[in-house]
Amino acid sequence: MEVLALVGSLVSLLGALFLLLAAIGIIRMPDTYNRMQTGTKATTLGSLLFFVGIGLAHPSWWTKLLLLILFIFLTNPLSSHVLARALHFIGKSPLVPQYFGSFVRDDLADDESLEHKGEAT
Amino acid sequence: MADTLFSIAAVIMLVSIVITFIRIVIGPELGDRVVALDAMTIMALSGIAYLAHLLGRVIYLDVALVYGLISFLGVIAVARYMERGL
Repeated sequence: MEVLALVGSLVSLLGALFLLLAAIGIIRMPDTYNRMQTGTKATTLGSLLFFVGIGLAHPSWWTKLLLLILFIFLTNPLSSHVLARALHFIGKSPLVPQYFGSFVRDDLADDESLEHKGEAT
Repeated sequence: MADTLFSIAAVIMLVSIVITFIRIVIGPELGDRVVALDAMTIMALSGIAYLAHLLGRVIYLDVALVYGLISFLGVIAVARYMERGL
């Protein structure tokens, strides 16, 4: 039991370090899309590890922690995707290096016109 | 030993919440602020789970679940507002 709590605390510490990485990425990245990807992925993994660590320390809490992990695992990428889609549709262009410009293409341009046609009818 | 490590993890989590809050304050646009708020909410979920461990009450995990649900709906609402207005 004591060993299990120790392992759980170590896993929680690893998760907290991932949360710290996410925070540093959010404050350091140059663009909104970059901030979005670092903030979403690192916080998903970090909170998942944190909950697994707490579940190791309290083995009888597994059902609720599993529900919480599943919820975060499903909704966090979804909210990030909705935000990125909204940013794209209001015309915010991502930060692209100079030598990379000719390879960029917009796959959503056709969908956008289709959507506006659908709204009109 | 285990309690000390849990406390260190909680302190690191609080520091990351403070760092993310700086982005909310200085963020140049609405999108940056919403991204930072989303990340900060997920970190706060970990904080609520640590509180449940500290006080030994499983009921706080329900609070974390409801908080995550409300934060998800808030992000969806702000994204819809950014896309086509209210």
